[in-house]
Amino acid sequence: MLLGLVSPSGGEAFVLGVPSGEVEIRRKVGFLPEDFRFYQWLTATELLEFHGRLCGMDAGRLRERVPYLLDLVGLAPHRGKRLQGFSKGMLQRIGLAQALIHDPEVIFLDEPTSGLDPMGRRLVRDIIRAQRDRGATVFLNSHLLSEIEVTCDQVAFIRDGEIVTTRDLRGWQEEKVRVRVCARKLAPQIVAGLSQWATCDQLDDQSLSLTAASREVLPEILCYLVQSGSAPFEFTPQRISLEDLFMEIVGEDRGL
Amino acid sequence: MNPLWVIASITFREAARKKILWTALVVGLGFLMVFGAGLYYQMADFHASNMPPFLRYQVLSAMLMVGLYTVDLLAVVMTILTSVDTISGEIASGTIQAIATKPVARWHVLIGKWAGFVAMLAIYVAVMFGGTLAAGYWIAGVSLDNPLRGGLLVYLECLLALTATFLMGTWFSTLTNGVIVLGLHGLAFLGGWLEQMSGFAQGSALVTLGVVSSLIMPLEAIWRRAAFLMQPPLAGALQFTPFANISVPSGAMVGYAGFYLIIILALAIYHFQRRDL
Repeated sequence: MLLGLVSPSGGEAFVLGVPSGEVEIRRKVGFLPEDFRFYQWLTATELLEFHGRLCGMDAGRLRERVPYLLDLVGLAPHRGKRLQGFSKGMLQRIGLAQALIHDPEVIFLDEPTSGLDPMGRRLVRDIIRAQRDRGATVFLNSHLLSEIEVTCDQVAFIRDGEIVTTRDLRGWQEEKVRVRVCARKLAPQIVAGLSQWATCDQLDDQSLSLTAASREVLPEILCYLVQSGSAPFEFTPQRISLEDLFMEIVGEDRGL
Repeated sequence: MNPLWVIASITFREAARKKILWTALVVGLGFLMVFGAGLYYQMADFHASNMPPFLRYQVLSAMLMVGLYTVDLLAVVMTILTSVDTISGEIASGTIQAIATKPVARWHVLIGKWAGFVAMLAIYVAVMFGGTLAAGYWIAGVSLDNPLRGGLLVYLECLLALTATFLMGTWFSTLTNGVIVLGLHGLAFLGGWLEQMSGFAQGSALVTLGVVSSLIMPLEAIWRRAAFLMQPPLAGALQFTPFANISVPSGAMVGYAGFYLIIILALAIYHFQRRDL
């Protein structure tokens, strides 16, 4: 909708302050579709030149920009090869290059790492970070939450087409911490006493899961457990993954 | 460079690079060779017979008209087959998404592709139509009236078929599009011949049926106008060829075809601009 591919059923949307349907605003927008397909008979260089010309770039600028981008996405050795001989990962890379051909201010990437090997995924992450560092805004749409976690500054969880919540991922790991506790005696009054630092989820007689607001309170919790005579024998801070957060926010799969 | 020309040029290059244009021209060359051989052997038979020169010329003119009619059919079918996947295929595969999200108006995309085919068809019709006329002149010494106007009308037919294919491509899948446009071509073909037959029998219902078919798809009517303009008046009047001067579409039909082309092109743009990709 923001790129004008689909008409909205109602309401309005703006990109960089301009109504999303405007053609001219696309000079500042780059897009990589989820399943990037293009004329298989073109070479990598010809594909980028074609997209550059569509963006109004002149021959001089294309001469600089095309080799730079081919190098950036690791396809310089394949510049003269036709796309029909490209693997899925190579098509993703050339698709990413076409999205960046005109130095856009806003970039929409739909599943940019699907089909890529670990090196390719790292390369895409580095490119996204470089775009962010030069001041571009990158919208990364992905179901690979681990990729989102290490790449994005902010995340929006969408369910049934609506944003359920947004989170700032910069330093979010330091904000909340989950701890697995195992102890010989976890009497109800001891567990109740933990509520001053954390929320508790008792798993069985000897183990519970704590979610504390920050790491700062962990020494105090451990001291409390020792002093209350619960005899703790395991106290393991656990990393909360984005997937955990996703499950917590969006909920279990309710099936099709 | 204007994005319209960027898309037109890549569409043309696609036809050349995917060997569509060259294959069509090679097949056309094969046709020209067979046609030329036919004329050559006909000339050899004439030399061995005592047929009067006047009659020989009429027979050779009729052969040339049949050759041009074959070119006409071939050109229209080639137009449909080569363009049927252009819009619908790119929508179905998602190829169009990377183009439509560039700073290019949707109508530029559609007209650019259309213009690429228009250029390709100009080459095809020029080679095939010109080649057939040249074979007739050099091998058999026959020429037709108004060859340029005839050639332009055949080209107009190709543009009609192309634009109808583009219009249906904005609505339907490739296969459905092909079925519809080839079906319309069949309707036009049948309608044209029904109208021709009605001239012999003076049947008004047949005329109406033929005219209605021609209004729905005026391909065959344009050919009959071209045939009327090209063949020698005597050959047409004496019915030496299957394209006798019976129930000839008027010049207004050419105007109608031009108007029809503009309307369906506008409809194709209108629908392509509003549909989801």
